[in-house]
Amino acid sequence: MTNVARFLRFWYDFVVGDDWTSAVGVAVVLIAGALVPRDATAWVVLVGTAIVVTLTVWRGAARRRAAR
Amino acid sequence: MSTAVLVLVAFLASAVEMVEALTIVLAVGVTRGWRSTMVGVAGATGALVVVVGALGPALVQVPISTLRVVVGGLLLVFGLQWLRKAVLRASGVLALHDEAGIYETEVREASEAARPTGALDAYAATLAFKGVFLEGLEVAFIVLTVGGAHGSVLTASAGALLALVVVGGVGVWLHRPLTRVPENSMKFVVGVMLTSFGVFWSTEGLGGHWPGGDASLLPVIAVVALFALGLVGALRGRGARSRIGGEVVP
Repeated sequence: MTNVARFLRFWYDFVVGDDWTSAVGVAVVLIAGALVPRDATAWVVLVGTAIVVTLTVWRGAARRRAAR
Repeated sequence: MSTAVLVLVAFLASAVEMVEALTIVLAVGVTRGWRSTMVGVAGATGALVVVVGALGPALVQVPISTLRVVVGGLLLVFGLQWLRKAVLRASGVLALHDEAGIYETEVREASEAARPTGALDAYAATLAFKGVFLEGLEVAFIVLTVGGAHGSVLTASAGALLALVVVGGVGVWLHRPLTRVPENSMKFVVGVMLTSFGVFWSTEGLGGHWPGGDASLLPVIAVVALFALGLVGALRGRGARSRIGGEVVP
């Protein structure tokens, strides 16, 4: 692995961590929040975040069950 | 009120990371000697100063709305990671974070590693460097992002500094890992707060508005906390039903 690859890997692990779905989910929520009318942005971000956390927790529990 | 919340979130997040760094430093120092360990700690501290020194002034140059979207997004990613693990731990799906167990593992691994022939124990210095740098980097990111979006890195730094004094002071006094710190509960609180700050600031950065302005932050924190507690309850209920059904799942 080159130094550049190692550097990028470090930042990927640091920011994204062991579950990429959170990062992708946040990106989707922010894009959706930017596209809707300004009055609805707060609701979209809040509800979108609730959906993302539910999905990542559910996925984490399912992975844990599968590993047992 | 939001200034108090800002200091609190910086203090809690920093304290949790510092407890983890302290566990590594103590384990390495006790088994491999303090001289090389402290070289690693000093090196990591210096590297962190460089990172913060470079990132801090750069943040001031970024327009506040852009900063809030980027920072809000980063806080959401960090917060959701903390929250996911905290919910899974609180519901019994993941094992609780155990500093005593981690300390014993670190001590065993450090004892078994090859001994140095020169003056500097590279293993001890590297391990201490990695522990302090990685945990410290997380503290630096949280302080810079939370403080930057709020327009007061200094206020957030005060929370981190307070955590350093408390955790460092107690660690030096006890000379053993801080096993009685309610680390799992603190991580839950920090996860809730980082997620709430992320929701709040990314919304504002995107041009949205919260009814009541900054005062909405507290209701957002309450909603995120209640939702996370609801997930814990749902997972616990699911685990109980699975056990009744004969499955060996949470």
